Amino acid sequence: MNFDSDLQQLVFGRLTLEAIPLHEPIIIWTFAAVAVLGGAVLAAITRYRLWGYLWNEWFTSVDHKKIGIMYIILALVMFLRGLADAIMLRLHQAMASGGGEGYLNAHHYDQIFTAHGVIMIFFVAMPLVTGLMNYVMPLQIGARDVAFPFLNNFSFWMTTSGAVLVMASLFVGEFAQTGWLAYPPLSGIEASPWVGVDYYLWSLQIAGVGTTLSGINLIVTIVKMRCPGMKYMRMPVFTWTTLCTNILIVATFPILTAVLALLTLDRYVGTHFFTNDMGGSPMMYVNLIWIWGHPEVYILVLPAFGVYSEVVATYCGKRLFGYTSMVYATAAIMILSYLVWLHHFFTMGSGASVNTFFGITTMIISIPTGAKIFNWLFTMYKGRIRFEVPMMWTVGFMLTFVVGGMTGVLLAVPPADFVLHNSLFLVAHFHNTIIGGVVFGMFAGIVYWFPKAFGFRADPFWGKVSFWCWLVGFWVAFMPVYILGLMGVTRRISQFEDTSLHILFVAAAVGVSLIFIGTLAFVAQFAVGFLRRKAYADTTGDPWNGRTLEWAVSSPPPAYNFAFTLVVHGIDAWWDMKSRGYTRPLAGFRPVHMPKNTGMGVVLAGLSLVLGFALIWHIWWLAAVSLATLIAAAIAHTFNYSRDYYIPASEVAATEETRTRLLAGKVAS
Amino acid sequence: MPRVKALPLVSLLAISPLLSGCQWVVMAPAGDIATQQKDLILVSTGLMLLIILPVMALTLLFAWKYRQSNRSATYDPDFHHSTKLEFAIWGAPIAIILVLGTVTWIATHRLDPYRPLERLDANRPVPEDMEPLRVQVVSLDWKWMFIYPQYGIATINELAAPVDRPISFTITSSNLMNSFYVPALAGQIYAMAGMQTKLHAVINKEGVFDGFSANYTGHGFSHMRFKFHGLSDNDFGAWVANARASGNALTRAAYLDIARPSEAEPVRYFKSVDGDLFYRIVNMCVPEGKECMMDIMHKDANRISGLGRMGNPAALALARLEKALADNLCTPGSEPATALAVVADLAAGNRRMSAAPAATRIFSE
Repeated sequence: MNFDSDLQQLVFGRLTLEAIPLHEPIIIWTFAAVAVLGGAVLAAITRYRLWGYLWNEWFTSVDHKKIGIMYIILALVMFLRGLADAIMLRLHQAMASGGGEGYLNAHHYDQIFTAHGVIMIFFVAMPLVTGLMNYVMPLQIGARDVAFPFLNNFSFWMTTSGAVLVMASLFVGEFAQTGWLAYPPLSGIEASPWVGVDYYLWSLQIAGVGTTLSGINLIVTIVKMRCPGMKYMRMPVFTWTTLCTNILIVATFPILTAVLALLTLDRYVGTHFFTNDMGGSPMMYVNLIWIWGHPEVYILVLPAFGVYSEVVATYCGKRLFGYTSMVYATAAIMILSYLVWLHHFFTMGSGASVNTFFGITTMIISIPTGAKIFNWLFTMYKGRIRFEVPMMWTVGFMLTFVVGGMTGVLLAVPPADFVLHNSLFLVAHFHNTIIGGVVFGMFAGIVYWFPKAFGFRADPFWGKVSFWCWLVGFWVAFMPVYILGLMGVTRRISQFEDTSLHILFVAAAVGVSLIFIGTLAFVAQFAVGFLRRKAYADTTGDPWNGRTLEWAVSSPPPAYNFAFTLVVHGIDAWWDMKSRGYTRPLAGFRPVHMPKNTGMGVVLAGLSLVLGFALIWHIWWLAAVSLATLIAAAIAHTFNYSRDYYIPASEVAATEETRTRLLAGKVAS
Repeated sequence: MPRVKALPLVSLLAISPLLSGCQWVVMAPAGDIATQQKDLILVSTGLMLLIILPVMALTLLFAWKYRQSNRSATYDPDFHHSTKLEFAIWGAPIAIILVLGTVTWIATHRLDPYRPLERLDANRPVPEDMEPLRVQVVSLDWKWMFIYPQYGIATINELAAPVDRPISFTITSSNLMNSFYVPALAGQIYAMAGMQTKLHAVINKEGVFDGFSANYTGHGFSHMRFKFHGLSDNDFGAWVANARASGNALTRAAYLDIARPSEAEPVRYFKSVDGDLFYRIVNMCVPEGKECMMDIMHKDANRISGLGRMGNPAALALARLEKALADNLCTPGSEPATALAVVADLAAGNRRMSAAPAATRIFSE
């Protein structure tokens, strides 16, 4: 018997059948639904013989456009999970504030709000941002791909492995019950002995590798691969924000990696970096995690600012007002974002001078941000505004985000923060900025560049339904949450004594339902667009009368993006080319040098996933085997010399000929 | 796009029925500190609305006026720079932030929770002979303990104070990181194990107010609530007498029993408290035989100063630390900062600014 249990532990670590949460009916039903739906999808792929297509054309692809699309699909799938978490939380709060206990026990509720935060930041917002940057930026600078195409594929699969690990925690074991930043001592081994925090640590470490590498990749791409004439001060603003965001990523994600590694050491080998005694300091963790965490919110919002800049200029039919001040504002925000982290814990007992310093640096960030808002405003001034869906998201953003910015500055006043810190007011504030800023921006960007990626526009009716449901849903969902904060309700609470809160929680739940409908409509606009793809076809490659180089190529662009290297003469390069009467070259094509697809990204990320799972469950033999295989595979890949190929000139000529005929309107798409 | 214009109206309509009948305690507090914090919220919000409201109005106006179908509006695709406008664009936020930054500087120093009170409310300074009520707060998993050293009593999950008498809280935690918060009284401050934070406040109205932990600490967190009673002097005397009549003694053994995790604990009173209990909680040496952190650090400092005699300049600097420790810190009731924090602290030459500020600020007491 003893021998059996020793053997079991040797083979399975601490993974036992009890780790499957059979006693939680909600999870079992979720699992059943996921199994049925997932099974149906897999069956359909098999039935229509799509495995080969998916593997060859997508999973192993090193094309930045396909990788960008895969990032966004990953983000949207994870968004459904994060939104389901949000709906469960709001439903529970609406029930529990009405005098009952709600339907979730503390163990489950605590996991849900932790998972909601982790998923929304790391596996929704990050892949959305990275996906858009990946797709758009190389086209905007006239490049054929990113600097390191294989690394790009590997980064994507590492992010996906992290997401898979988080999803696995739902059905095998548990997720962390610590809040999304896992402060010790709560996340220490004594307060959280089981696998929840380990799932958190390893999924973020694996995804973090992908994020950091993709940051390096995109910086190098911008620095080294701009087409001739594309000086820094001629780059589209979205490319500028991409550059600043990736500098932030490369400078801050290593801090996250380090602080999570130290917490991992505390949990796995008994060090005392963040423990209460033996010289450890939990406050050090809080400092370090926010030195990453505050720049992180600018990592998310800067690309959204970039999207708004592109959208506003395009749909107003005007050059962006104050390009230079926009660029400097972006750079200023990038630098200032490092100087504000302490405002997340004014209430930990820092002196008044320290608190004042960080409070004022935080307020200073609102100056370049305010300048940006004015720049968009004056781009609209004397414009001719077409209210396509992306423009509606942008105006919705301008009206929503300023309120979030205002409450943010309010929270930066330390004495005000003492009464608002950790309250639902804070929760409403950051949802105000992340939904009103990041989500609206990413949605605007997706709809804006959708015809570029797929060759047909999304359905504008469902796009508008989606926008209005989100906009109204946001205000209905989060204004009550602001009020709850002013009523002294703190975050992460699952039980309520005061039934007068009930009506506000019900209102918030109604708002979330609207957001849910908005999300369905958001997906519907692409589905309906697909069904009507003939009517919505974009044969010109420039459906919005755009201004930047991505609109110079066909929709979708050919694998090589640009048949010839373009030469840029000013800001808004494509607009400039159009106004100078640019004509496409129709002959003289040459072979295009391209990177070759490889399955190694999938293999390495898959091995990392196994390694993470083994470490979480203390299956040491599996960890050792997967780590050794991982290293061996990485080394083996360096001996793969078959990495590139040439698209023959004849094929390039044929592709461009098709485009010529499309432009002439001779061929239906 | 006429619908854009209806947006604020829609959202207002949506929330207006919710505004009635709610107790906005943060906006209607009962203590002077919380009242000043509320005033600051109003002032700051007002300042920012000076710029936010025009921006929202202009957004709607431009969105409406320059819509594509309005052919009468000017269309100037080359209008992309104006030095005057750029000055206004950067100048307006800078002006607001200058004012708000000044307000912040003054208010943050005046409302520093570590600063003893100078006034009972806007019209009354603290009388010179008035001794503040001292309360030692311990957050436990998952309940609150309040020790009244001046009265030798303690309570679980119930806090009381006489109206219009300054209260001086010293706050620590047995284990997890909580935040001590009574919204009606004053802003919150964290409760952290092995460290001590401070808060000064006063309650100006009689009544029963909610208190709770404002930092999530796991399963029992939702029930980690207590009632704060603002009492008249007489009622407070009666409340103390009632606690003294309870018959329970808060010894080290009793504390260790209470410190075990439990949820939704009923109110309890203790007629007496071991004299150095709070010191031992902060120093994490309540269990018999466990060495206090202060003693460990003192030994470490001695060991380091031994190295100093060998001429290592870094160690010499640390030797001075030993003297500082001996001179200032090693008194009962003072703070067991980690050695690192003390070094950082002395290096910075400022006791209030360090990697672990909460840990070190007690020295100034």
